[in-house]
Amino acid sequence: MANVNQTDAAAVPTLTVPSAADALRRQAATTTGAAAPSRVRRALTTAGWSFASVSLFAGLWELAWALDLLDPLLMPPPHIFLRDFGEQAKFFDTSNIGAASSAPAVAVLTTILATSLRVLAGLTLAFLASLAVGVFVSYSKLAGRLLLPTLTLLAPISPVAWLPVAIFLFGLGNGPAVFMVFIGVFFIMTMATVSQIASVPTTYLDVARTMGATRRQTLRRVVLPAVLPGLFLVLRLNLFAAWIVVLIAEAVGVGSGLGQIVIQARNTFNSSLVFFTMTLIGLTGFLFDYALRVVQRRLLWWEPAGGLA
Amino acid sequence: MSAAPVETGSLRCSLAGKVWLAGTPRAVVALEDIELEVAPGEFVVLIGPSGCGKSTLLSLVAGLEDITSGAIEHSGRPVGPPGPDRCMIFQQTSLYPWLSVADNVTFGPRLRGMPKQERRELAARLLRSVGLAHAVDQRPGELSGGMRQRVAIARALAMKPEILLMDEPFAALDVQTRFKLQDHVLNVWRESGASVLFVTHHIDEAIALADRIVVFTATPGRIKEIVPVDIPRPRSPRDPMFHELHDRLLDLLRDEVDRAFAEQERLGA
Repeated sequence: MANVNQTDAAAVPTLTVPSAADALRRQAATTTGAAAPSRVRRALTTAGWSFASVSLFAGLWELAWALDLLDPLLMPPPHIFLRDFGEQAKFFDTSNIGAASSAPAVAVLTTILATSLRVLAGLTLAFLASLAVGVFVSYSKLAGRLLLPTLTLLAPISPVAWLPVAIFLFGLGNGPAVFMVFIGVFFIMTMATVSQIASVPTTYLDVARTMGATRRQTLRRVVLPAVLPGLFLVLRLNLFAAWIVVLIAEAVGVGSGLGQIVIQARNTFNSSLVFFTMTLIGLTGFLFDYALRVVQRRLLWWEPAGGLA
Repeated sequence: MSAAPVETGSLRCSLAGKVWLAGTPRAVVALEDIELEVAPGEFVVLIGPSGCGKSTLLSLVAGLEDITSGAIEHSGRPVGPPGPDRCMIFQQTSLYPWLSVADNVTFGPRLRGMPKQERRELAARLLRSVGLAHAVDQRPGELSGGMRQRVAIARALAMKPEILLMDEPFAALDVQTRFKLQDHVLNVWRESGASVLFVTHHIDEAIALADRIVVFTATPGRIKEIVPVDIPRPRSPRDPMFHELHDRLLDLLRDEVDRAFAEQERLGA
């Protein structure tokens, strides 16, 4: 980039002086725009290395199997547990035995979708609730004094410990799973909201004050946009916690979803099915993170998310 | 004070003072007995050692901090909470990174419900006046430090302030950019008719800009001397009068900086 600037400097002395420096900046900016093809190449490189990484792992696993170091009953290598998709997919069909069952692929997708929707619902509710509570606690002194100590005490309790509560409150079905995801993310997101609001740069607020902004205007037009990117990053970092919790909830109290399949596989000692489902969980989790990353880049572009962008 | 008629837009500090943490054992006197009158349309530069309270005085005038003694009056009335008639331009970048340059400039008018089309025209006009007509649709993150400060100036102008408060606005910029921006500030000042209170550490900058230069003493901040600058604009640093004034200010400041350091050592020991 430095080189580009220098050659441009030689080319633009005819421009009026006040804007010469700015013209340089702009030219530098347009040159970065021209770097789009290299972004494609970067993406391909990343994909290539990801593939190599997974292949290496799978290859070692296969090698261990070929050398008879792993018992295929306990640790079946990928080519075994991925071999018979139809056979595995059968187990995802939760309709009654003997009833006209849907196609296995549909059953797999339905299961993934059910779990994904529970995660999504829990995350969305937790995000909105923690934002509301965080703002409330930050803006009302009384609310802060009354609520913050309790929130701080509840935050470190493992979401798994909430499982009985989830079942007492919501019985079986979607309710407890969504609740568990919610609890798994809500407290940490609330604390994050409070700390993000506290660290909004004073100049941002002073500018709004000198412009005569009301409290509500400051909140909506300054504080919210200032904290959203940071909060979204916290949400992304907690996505994995949400996935852990939803699987536990499904395994115990829901009766459908990927977590339930894993437990069923364990109970029937079907190790191939365990690894097959784990693969699905891994892929879905990855896609979730990817989707959140895209949302972050598109909607909250103003704050670079560091290495996690 | 005298019974002279109060001009609109004038600023008067009478025995103004600010004590941080007033009433506690850790109270620190930041400003004491500030007597200063700024006529409408006057350009006043505040200069002094670090920590002498120059920036504090701006915050008091802006209404961002409360005064602890004396009074500050704007157009004959005590200054209240922050308002668009006294606009502040900060040292650090204060643009909102989530808004385009144009939306940053018209942030204030938007709060009062100015319609979109009108905002668009206002932004274009103000950005032209600071030489950034081409940057309307850019994001602050795409601009250099100097361009961002010019956007901040345009944003302040959008409020049609009577007093522009500039707190070391060019401190983070390189020398060349600083020179160009000084020209912009002088243009904007002439066109807007606002009075300017400008804080800087640079003697050259003070002489280049000011009608009067207010030299502050070290902690607690008091006015040591008010130096009028009678050199016709545009002022060249090669002008012998420029040099003379520079030396005089340097002497005034050196004493204060020495005192400030001695004080710090005393406190440190």
